[in-house]
Amino acid sequence: MQALGSPEFWIQQLINALGLGSQYALMAVGLAMVFGVMRLINFAHGTVMMASAYIGLLLLQQGVPFPFVALGAIAGAAALGVLMERIAYRPVRGAPDVVLLLNSFAVAVLLENVAILLFSPRSRPFPMPEVLTRVFHPGGNLFLPSIHLWALGGALLALGGLGLFVTRTRLGLAMRAAAENPTAAQLLGIEIGKVTVLAFAIGSAMAGLAVLFWTAHVGTINPGMGFEPVLKAFVACVIGGFGTIPGAVLGGYLLGALEIALQGLLPSGVVGYRDALVYGILILILLVRPGGVLGYLEAERV
Amino acid sequence: MIVPSVRREWIWGLRSFLLLLLAGAYLALERGGNAYLQRLAILFLINLMLVVSLNLFTGFTGVFSLGHIGFMALGAYASAILTLPVNLKAVNLPDLPAPLASITLPFFPALILGGLIAAIVALLIGIPVLRLSGHFVAVATLGFLVITRVVLINAETFTRGTRTFAGVPPFTTMGWAALWALLNVYVAWRLKHSPLGLRLLAARDDPWGAKSVGVSIGRMRLIAFGISAFFTGIAGGLWAHFLTAFSPNAFYFSRTFEIIVMMIVGGMGSVTGSILGTLLVMASTEALRNLEPGFAIGSLTVGPLYGLSQIGLAVLLMLLMTFRRQGLLGDRELRLEAIAERLERWLERRKTALEAPRVRKADP
Repeated sequence: MQALGSPEFWIQQLINALGLGSQYALMAVGLAMVFGVMRLINFAHGTVMMASAYIGLLLLQQGVPFPFVALGAIAGAAALGVLMERIAYRPVRGAPDVVLLLNSFAVAVLLENVAILLFSPRSRPFPMPEVLTRVFHPGGNLFLPSIHLWALGGALLALGGLGLFVTRTRLGLAMRAAAENPTAAQLLGIEIGKVTVLAFAIGSAMAGLAVLFWTAHVGTINPGMGFEPVLKAFVACVIGGFGTIPGAVLGGYLLGALEIALQGLLPSGVVGYRDALVYGILILILLVRPGGVLGYLEAERV
Repeated sequence: MIVPSVRREWIWGLRSFLLLLLAGAYLALERGGNAYLQRLAILFLINLMLVVSLNLFTGFTGVFSLGHIGFMALGAYASAILTLPVNLKAVNLPDLPAPLASITLPFFPALILGGLIAAIVALLIGIPVLRLSGHFVAVATLGFLVITRVVLINAETFTRGTRTFAGVPPFTTMGWAALWALLNVYVAWRLKHSPLGLRLLAARDDPWGAKSVGVSIGRMRLIAFGISAFFTGIAGGLWAHFLTAFSPNAFYFSRTFEIIVMMIVGGMGSVTGSILGTLLVMASTEALRNLEPGFAIGSLTVGPLYGLSQIGLAVLLMLLMTFRRQGLLGDRELRLEAIAERLERWLERRKTALEAPRVRKADP
């Protein structure tokens, strides 16, 4: 542990914040894309992460080499996202927001309990290859866990690719148009259904990537593991501004920084309350700046 | 409306029949001594309170609260701490501050205080949060649920943290539960048909219209939120004194989900619907739960199926959302008047059906 306030301390905090923020950004982006095209807060996003982790574990147990395990987990997440949209959300398209929200709760509970049924509620170790768990000591008292580097690199690549996709390709532009004004987009010949499926596929794949880093951190997986990440992704989306991709990314990094700062600066007796503070800030942002830091969306008030 | 006297007799008949049925069921359960059924009955009454209270807010206002189980937790812990015998407090909660450590309240005042604490907290968070709408209230109240849990886990001086809070006196009898549940249902029913309730329903169905005729939506919602939280807190207290040992895990997402499904099944905004919904969902989850340890069909044995009851709930909710969004009753009520009217009409039809052949025979 570095001395509080020393330059080393700040560098260490920055490393931790970037690592954690990358994971949150990857998780939040999927939520934001789905919210954009469907006005749905997809609560089942977290259980997709859980399911993808179990797919990874099953592949690993079959002796599949790790790079393919990772690819399989990401592809599995994407497939599950598409399936979820088909079964649970498409039939109720156009229904009031609450109907979609409740359906996403139902999907989350369903998937979690199917996992309990198949794999038991116990936590299982997820052996990660050494490249992901190694910790570098670049000098002084600094710790540089390689997982932070992987998370940061993965997030930059994936989010950069996503950025190019939504600004440079017809399909990506169609997705943004659909998010901005579904009716106008439809009038211009954009197939909302197709765009929605794509948003679910890409968003879930990002979640699949994020959960690899999350699991490498935690070391074990269990059927309830999706709950905390999806709440954090909510908070990230709210901080950045709900429903926009840049907002979600920014919110993810801000949330990562906030959590690391609270962890490092709060007196030890109060550190347990960190998450209460984080959600308190969530409520505060909803009240004073419901459009988030970037401020696109105006919350309807009564 | 002038009710024809025949129908009024019907209504009285139905009313006394229902009362007799309820009293009979109550006595049979209380005196019958079947511990399993008694347990289920008490749980039903507590769940009924949770569902009716949630419905009193969410159903009447259309604003989704995901934080109600937080109020239940407040009521449960408050009432448990207040009633814990002093010698147990010295052992289980040694660091409790002075006035709390040396007092032990009887059941009733402790319950009421638990309910009041829940209501006060509801008013405090409701003032800012209820100004938001739709999604945002759902997310904000979910935030409240998470905050409550974090506080319960960390305030070890009061709650023992993640460890089990044990030794709560087992005060909750069927009588207490039935009394409170009756009161809760009665208050919800009266509220729905009061000027306040009508304003709430109007604001739910057409916020701008309601506002234009002078309904102050925020204040109405806040009142409903407070009443709803009070009864949810009481239900939490009853639950605490029924189970006598619990931990913060009991007050989290799975219970929230269960209560929401019960409300949706019955119909958002329907008091009688809440009774039906609670009954139906509890019956089906209980049946599924009994299958969870595994069962045999002929020579085929099915292994343990943990999670089956929750899967059932989830599938039920998805089917409802897709095919019958309003639940069983929507926001209508099962009314004795309507049932009496149907019975009457049915009898009349039978009478004419019986008389008709006679007429034809005499014809040639």
